[in-house]
Amino acid sequence: MARFDRVERAVHWTNGLLFLVLLGTGFTLYGAPGTGWVGNRLSIKEIHTWVGYAMPIPILLGIATHAGKQLRSDLHRFSRWTADDRRWWRRSTKPQARIGKFNPGQKLNAAFIGACIIVMPVTGTFLRFPTVFALHWRSGADFTHRWFAFALLLVTFGHILIALSRPASLRGMVTGRVPRAWARHEHPRWYAEVTALETIDAADSGPTNETGSAWVEVSP
Amino acid sequence: MPTPPRDPSATGPEGQSSPERTDLARAVAESELLQPSNPIGRRVFLSLSALGILGIAVGKQVSDWLDPVVSKIAQADPTGLVGGFVPHGRWTIFTVTDGYPKRTEAEYTLRVHGLVDKPLELRYSDLVSRRATRIIKDFQCVTGWRVPKVPWTGVLLSDLLDEVGVQPSAKALHFTSFDGTYTESLTLEQARRPDVMVAYKLEDHPISTEHGGPVRLYAAPMYGYKSIKWLDTIEVVDRVRPGYWEDYGYDVDAWVGQSNGRGDDPTS
Repeated sequence: MARFDRVERAVHWTNGLLFLVLLGTGFTLYGAPGTGWVGNRLSIKEIHTWVGYAMPIPILLGIATHAGKQLRSDLHRFSRWTADDRRWWRRSTKPQARIGKFNPGQKLNAAFIGACIIVMPVTGTFLRFPTVFALHWRSGADFTHRWFAFALLLVTFGHILIALSRPASLRGMVTGRVPRAWARHEHPRWYAEVTALETIDAADSGPTNETGSAWVEVSP
Repeated sequence: MPTPPRDPSATGPEGQSSPERTDLARAVAESELLQPSNPIGRRVFLSLSALGILGIAVGKQVSDWLDPVVSKIAQADPTGLVGGFVPHGRWTIFTVTDGYPKRTEAEYTLRVHGLVDKPLELRYSDLVSRRATRIIKDFQCVTGWRVPKVPWTGVLLSDLLDEVGVQPSAKALHFTSFDGTYTESLTLEQARRPDVMVAYKLEDHPISTEHGGPVRLYAAPMYGYKSIKWLDTIEVVDRVRPGYWEDYGYDVDAWVGQSNGRGDDPTS
């Protein structure tokens, strides 16, 4: 069944690609092991700066365009936490948690990455244009930029490990579709919602969205 | 006529509701989107964003307290992973060309020339056999990081200048690097200070290639960029010629704490 549409996958993989460039160039700028294999600090800095500023563009474009309907709906799902999400955290109540399209771990990841997409370009600006800002602020921005980068490194590493260890989940982001059995097991509430909408659609033989998947629209 | 938006809980086309449709409508109504919920995801997102922005204002204080703690842990960590990945005050390697220029101790020569009586060409072994000076000072980079109490060993620049005999018209020194790009400058007065040396040991080990070895300049009272790496030639000249970083707007007289708009504690 359909899980991520074209817009969502495009945003995800563009983000991933940009992030890889930022990670690579950031490493050489901050002098972790491996610095200097590439050299030429000044051009690395330019690449890092401008790719960094490009980072918010894919998601904003996705939200702004008409085709980003499902993306907007999924962002809404990230933002809301239900009683099931609270049950999910505790071992004792976890079996009763009927998780929707995203589990709380995924929601936290999304919130963190979203914050990084704001914090990193802002703090980076203080570092990139040092003559404009007072030293105290630059030192603070440098500190914040480093620790957010460090946290990003860990979170992204975890994100990739989890994705690789769950092929069905990974397939959702690669092909856009996931096995029904997996959805029923991992995201039962979302599975029920989608299958119900599919049945209604079939009965109506009415219009579906472009990818043929069903979505629920929620007014903000 | 446009079709009205589809409402899953509405009745069928003929205006009659069927039992199956009611079940389906219930399934849709149980969607997470229609459950009671709190905007916790949004709060986490906004809080983290606010924390990051707040960090610009208070990060300096937190950093002053946290960096020494992390440094201590990094020094105790035998794997070196903490030192390599966790942010704290340690060396950041800069190179302005592609990769590192490599020159072994056996290949290395230092040329001292220009407005001098006796130009010199020193091999690495010549340098090491001269009077050695060891200095322990903090190393401060103009980008903000500082490495505390770094031991440097080398030959005082003033000793070399005395040896070659500086001519009266001389005013300054021009340094070049064997990376082919990096250059630096010092006035004669600055160069004669007792804390400015041609260094060949860092932390009591031969200077590695990435740290500017086998031989680099060490100008203790100035920001790190003045301590040119991969030192190749020293030319005695009649006026200061701004170096590589100075062409990018950094101060020529780079006293720590009194230049480049920075207020760091002096290093020497």
